[in-house]
This record gives sequence, C-alpha cells and structure tokens, in this order.
Amino acid sequence: MTSSETALAAGQRARGLAPFLRSQMRNIAPFLTLIFLSGFFAFASPSFATLDNLGNILTQVSVTGIIAVGLTFVILCAEIDLSIASIANVTGIAVAYFTLQESYVNIANIPLPGAVAILLSILLCALLGLVNALGLTVIGIPSFIMTLAMMQIAAGISALLVRGQIAYKVPSLITTLGSGSIGGIPWLVIIAALMLLGGHLVLTYTRFGRYVYMVGGNREAAEYSGLNVKLILGAVMVISAVCSGIGGMLGVAHFGSAQQNEFDTYLLDSIAAVVVGGTSLFGGRGGIGNTIVGLFVLGVLNNGLDHVNIDSFLKILIRGLILLAALVINVYAQRLREKAAD
Amino acid sequence: MPEVRSPILELQGITKSFGGVEALRGVDFALHPGEIHGLVGENGAGKSTLMKIIAGVHTEFSGRFLIDGKETHFRSARDAHAAGIAMVHQELSVAPDLTVAENVFLGNQPTNALGLVQWRRMAREAGEQLARFGIDVDPMSRLGDLPIGLQQLIEIARVLFSGARIVILDEPTSALSPPEVERLFATLRRLREEGTSIVFISHFIEDILRVSDTVTVFRNGRKVAETASAATSKGALIEAMIGRGGEALEHSYTDDLLLPQPSDSAVVLKVDQLTLARSLKDISFEARAGEVLGIYGFMGCGQQELSRILFGKLKPDSGALLVEGQPKTFASTAAARRAGVALVPESRRDMLFHQEPVYKNISISILDRISSLLLKPAQERDIAKRQVEQLQIRPPVVGLDLGMLSGGNQQKVALAKWLTYPPKLLVLCEPTRGMDVGAKNDVINIVRDLRAKGLAIIVLSTEPETVLSLADRILVLKRGALVREFRNEPVSKDRLLEAA
Repeated sequence: MTSSETALAAGQRARGLAPFLRSQMRNIAPFLTLIFLSGFFAFASPSFATLDNLGNILTQVSVTGIIAVGLTFVILCAEIDLSIASIANVTGIAVAYFTLQESYVNIANIPLPGAVAILLSILLCALLGLVNALGLTVIGIPSFIMTLAMMQIAAGISALLVRGQIAYKVPSLITTLGSGSIGGIPWLVIIAALMLLGGHLVLTYTRFGRYVYMVGGNREAAEYSGLNVKLILGAVMVISAVCSGIGGMLGVAHFGSAQQNEFDTYLLDSIAAVVVGGTSLFGGRGGIGNTIVGLFVLGVLNNGLDHVNIDSFLKILIRGLILLAALVINVYAQRLREKAAD
Repeated sequence: MPEVRSPILELQGITKSFGGVEALRGVDFALHPGEIHGLVGENGAGKSTLMKIIAGVHTEFSGRFLIDGKETHFRSARDAHAAGIAMVHQELSVAPDLTVAENVFLGNQPTNALGLVQWRRMAREAGEQLARFGIDVDPMSRLGDLPIGLQQLIEIARVLFSGARIVILDEPTSALSPPEVERLFATLRRLREEGTSIVFISHFIEDILRVSDTVTVFRNGRKVAETASAATSKGALIEAMIGRGGEALEHSYTDDLLLPQPSDSAVVLKVDQLTLARSLKDISFEARAGEVLGIYGFMGCGQQELSRILFGKLKPDSGALLVEGQPKTFASTAAARRAGVALVPESRRDMLFHQEPVYKNISISILDRISSLLLKPAQERDIAKRQVEQLQIRPPVVGLDLGMLSGGNQQKVALAKWLTYPPKLLVLCEPTRGMDVGAKNDVINIVRDLRAKGLAIIVLSTEPETVLSLADRILVLKRGALVREFRNEPVSKDRLLEAA
C-alpha cells in the first residue's frame, strides 16, 4: 500500500468498514485471486508448492517484472505503451549486435567493448522512448496509436539488424546478470526486485512520483495546478522504454539468444500484470505494489497450469478468461470508488 | 396580435423544488400560437427550470400543465417532442465530426427501401433548409470545421425546421455575431407568421425587446411581471429583474456604490490588443498591485477564454501579455505559474483532485518550492493545516479525501493551493458561484486580505454581485470586446447590466 492509500484509508475508515472495503477493492481482489490460485494449484499438484518451484516462478516473471515497472508509470498516467515488447526485443538484439559473435553467426555486426555496447543499447531504447514521448506530447498522437507505430518501427530495426539470423553472444556483464546467480539466487530475480523497489520508491517518495499520480488522477486539474503535464507524460514514456530495454538485454542473456519476435508474448503479459494487479486503466490509482501482486498472479497461473494435467491448448483460453475477469474488476472498482467519492 | 386566440400552452401554479429549495413558486405562464415570448431574469431566477418542465426534462412538479386546453403530463423529453415541443439548449449539442447535412437530419436521415441513407437527398434538403435560414454552406462539409457561431445557427435551424409547434431557445445569441443575430431574428419572425410559437430566453435585453411580442420577468422563482414588449423598456425590465427593497438576505447592490480612486501602484499585468478568433477582439487593459480588477459580462462573452490565455492554457491569435513589464508567451500553464500567475477556474472539477486528500490538493502547486527530489509529507501537511485554519475549511482534516468536502469548502481548497506562496497575479473565475452567504463572505474577506498584501487580482464573473462586492475597478466585456470601464464613479447592478 502506498502512503497515499493509507492516508485515504484513514479518511474512509471513519465512515465504516463497508465503504472502506469497497474503496480498497482494487487492492484486495488481486490479492484474493493470488491466494485462491496458489491454494488451488497446491491442492491439485504436489510439485507446485515447493521452494524450488517458487524459484522457478520468480525467474519466470522477472523479465516481465522489469518491463512492467516502466509500464506501471505509463498506465498510472492513463496512457498505454504497446511498444514495450518490440523495444525490449530491439534492445536485446542491439546489445548482441555490438558484441563479437562466433564465426558461424552470419551477421554483419559491429563488435565494441562490452560497456560501450550496453551504453549504446540503452541509448537506443531511450531514443525510441523519446520518439514515443514527442509523438504523444508535441504532435498529440494518442499513445495507443503512437506506440502501435513504434511497435512496428522497433520490430523493423530488429529485423534489419539480425536479418533473420540468430545471435548468441552478449557482453559478459549482461550474461552474468541475465543467466548467472549469486548464493543460489538468480541475478535476474535480484535485478527485477531492485527495479521494482526503485520504481516503488520513485512513485511513493519523490515529487515526480506524486506528479505521475496527480496527472493520472485528473489531467485537467494537473494542468490548472501549473504542472508541466507534457513533460511528465514524456518522461514516463522514456522510463517505460528504458525499462523495456533493460528487460530485453537481460532476457536475451536469459534465453541465450537474440532473434526476431522473441519477446512477443511480453506485451500482453506486462499489460496483464499491471492491470490484473489492480492499477487503474483510468490512471491515478495503483502502483508497483499492485504490479507485484499482478506478476505473481500471472506467474502462478502460467506455472501452475504446467503442473496440472490440462490440455495445453486450453491454457491459452484460461489465461484469457482470467485477464477478462481482472479487467471487469478493474473497471468495476473504479466505479465503486467514484461512487464513494460522490 | 394573437391575444384573441386561446393559448397553445398554459401552465398554472407551477411549483418545483430541488432538495427542499423552491426553484419555482406558483408560476403561471401562457404561450399563444404565433407568439414570440421573451423571458428575462437573473441566473437562478427560474427561467431555465420552467423551460425544462415544458420540454419534459423535469417531470416532477406540482401545478397544471395544459396543451391546446387539455391537461397533460409529460413523462420524458420524448413525450414533449411528440407533442411538438423542441428546445435549443444553451450549450451546443451538435456532432462536430458529422457533416452539416447529417447534423440537420440527426436521428431521422432519409433512407431508401433497404434502410440505406439517401445521401444526395439528405444533402439537397439540408441545403434548402439552411438556405431558407440564410446559411450558405456546403451540406457535406464537416460541421466542426465551421465557426462556432455558424454551428450554433445550424443547430437552431435544425430545431426550428423540425416541424415543432413550440420552440424554446435558451440564450441563442450569445455566440452569434450581429449579422448572424439579424438572420436569426428574420427567421424567427417568418416562423411566427407561419404560426410557430417561440420562447426566447436571453440576458441581452435589447434582443428580447426587438424580437419578442411579450416579455415575462422572473425573480427568485416567481413571475414578477408580464408585459407587451412595445410597452416596456430596458430600464424597466432590469428594475423588475433585480427588484427594489431588501427582500434578499444579501447585499443586493441595487444602489450606487462608489468605486475608489484608481490605484497608481505598479502595473503587474499589461494586456495589449489580445485577439482570439471569435472570442476576443482587441482586448487591452492593465492590472495593478494591490488592486482588484473586476471583469463582468454575460455567459459566452469571452471571459473564460481570457482567463485561459492569462494562465497559458490557450494561445491568443495576436496581442501581447506583459508581466511586470516583461513580454511573456506562456508555452504551458507551468510557465505561467513560474511567472507568478495563478488561476482558479470556474469549475472546481477542473482544478481539484477529488480522489486525493485535501493536503495533496493544497500542496500540488508548490511542491517544487518545498522539495527538490523527495517529498516532505509532514511539511505538506503543516502547510495544508495552516491554510485550512486560515480559510476555515470544514471539516479541518487534511487527510480527508477532497470529494467528501462540501462545494463551498472545495472552492476554498482551490484558492488555498495558491496562497502559501502568493502569486503576483491571481485570476479568479466565478469565485463565489454556488456558495452560501457565509462562505461567500469568507471568500470576499480572503480576497481583500490578498489585495492588502499587494497581489494584483482579476475577478471574472457573470454575476454582477460578485464583481461589485470585490472589485475596485470594473471592466465590462460584451461579445468579446471591452465596452466600458467603471472607475472612481458610482456603479450598481443596473449600471452594469445596462452596459453589458
């Protein structure tokens, strides 16, 4: 719970428990879903509720988690970023492109020192995020359309860089962070946890974080309060792209290869994690705490379905239905809150 | 004259209340065939409420409602429509992305046997209808591309030619240019010849006197006068509207009030030949430190646009703003804030965060003054507590969600955001609208305090009382142009209304 929510809770508690619970529905519902799913899979499969499997789940959600940090900022501002997976992909490919590959890899790449390769790749994703930002704020293209175009642009750059080939080598730092571990804990999980923590601290304790919530809560009022709304919206688009880029680089190391379309499923997963967690699609409500719960709901669901004997084609449908249910709750919770505020 | 015929519409003893407050008290109203009936009265006098009863928008009321001598009770606007009653509301209700022809035929486009829209027929007929109204536009052009006045004329034309027997026009001329008003009046007169009855609500008393046969005056939910237009005058109508004698609780500003000597303190804001499309024409004025400048005008006179330009939310087409002598072109509201300009818009919803606690609403505009990177919630709460105390905001709990405060208290919060680090120029739009007497007095005192501290304050309002209770100097804005300045001279509600 963020501090804003505790303050809010204090105000609402004065009016009785029922309205308080109603106003907190968006935080409670995802948590109940998580407990229910965990209980169900633990009951259905003996191999689910083990420490080993918890490690698996954590590793499986890490890349999604890194990407979802930035996306949480964007959705809190009532915008959307559909280019996250493509930007992750192109950044992962770029860092491989700037690394010396084995002789059998047939890519006309530019090998550079590891640090330079990483820096250039981060610059690349920041630049793509900046293009999103300018399209949204200066030209005024709705983020949905702007990032849809960026999704294609980033995919296009990826295609040009690898030309249908697969690259394997990335700088050693990336290899360690993406696939190594320390004391039995994968670096990838540690990085994801640190980035989620960082996102939470920024959103909760910094002035910028407050602005994000206020712009998402009522953009008109933010403008009438003399905030530079465009600057804040631009910043969240860049943050989203950079988080995606980091997720992409580590993902490439984690998978062991860099190729076209390898992050496609991460678009839906990241949006699902943020929204299932209870962050409002209308902006201004939710946060990294919600995203973490959402990540676990998704992780438990994906992982748990592998532990029970179920038609693998049915799994896709089940995931879709769970996402739909979360969206219904998201919209419904918003309505309850508006009623409570009236 | 149509007096000999029996009324097409007759209301007897209509009383309507909203949550215990009576908006209409025993009102009688009759409308004859082929009559143009003007309605005047201050904001909240009950004109619009009565018209909404006639148009079937308000269905709960007491009293008798007769059409063609038969008692009727509408259950919805659709019933009223079926009975031949149509209304043009004050706010534009057109579909800007559709063509002119589609707007004219909104809801009943001509279709062929297959149910497909007959575009060519629709365009032709729409063109013919508009031509009767003196409007020459391509029926297939997008409505939103046309000027606002033309859009409004097209909406009026749509209703006038919808075949209704009774047409209600609420404030139709405020966005129209003089030649457009002429066209509208010519059409109204022609429809009168054809037997249509028209109710015409307007703040522009000259317009009412020119076009209507009969005028009815409302005050405080009562009908206070009904007279033939030819037998009255602007002055007599204004007097009837605002009433003499102390029946109102508040200071009614009917008597002359002497404005003080103009201040010769430093000029904080200079506005030079500001022009914005159809909203503002060549506006120039100055606002000085320690002075409250009132800008009065009717709804749609350009006040809203002017206030938005001062705060960097709208860009003027031409003209200059100078803050303390420095020319400024605000790229954003943030730039205006940094230059020392603050705005409280007329709508609280636009200014406040209803789902956030009071203290965050108060601190949002000054966060960059109290923290560079990390928030300081304790300090924010302290600042908010001080403001809540000073402005007597109730309940005095800074952690409460703003949405739980009453309207008047929310309005005070909207002011409080700007007061911790006072700006150089404070622009207030309708600062006391919808407030009870106590809250109004609180706001008046706050504004006086700020003036004493040396702020330049601009108060824009469509309510004469608001301007009269606050201003040291008053400008009157009429259809986008400054038409009169009151300074160091007697002023009253009559004089303001007369000028506007």
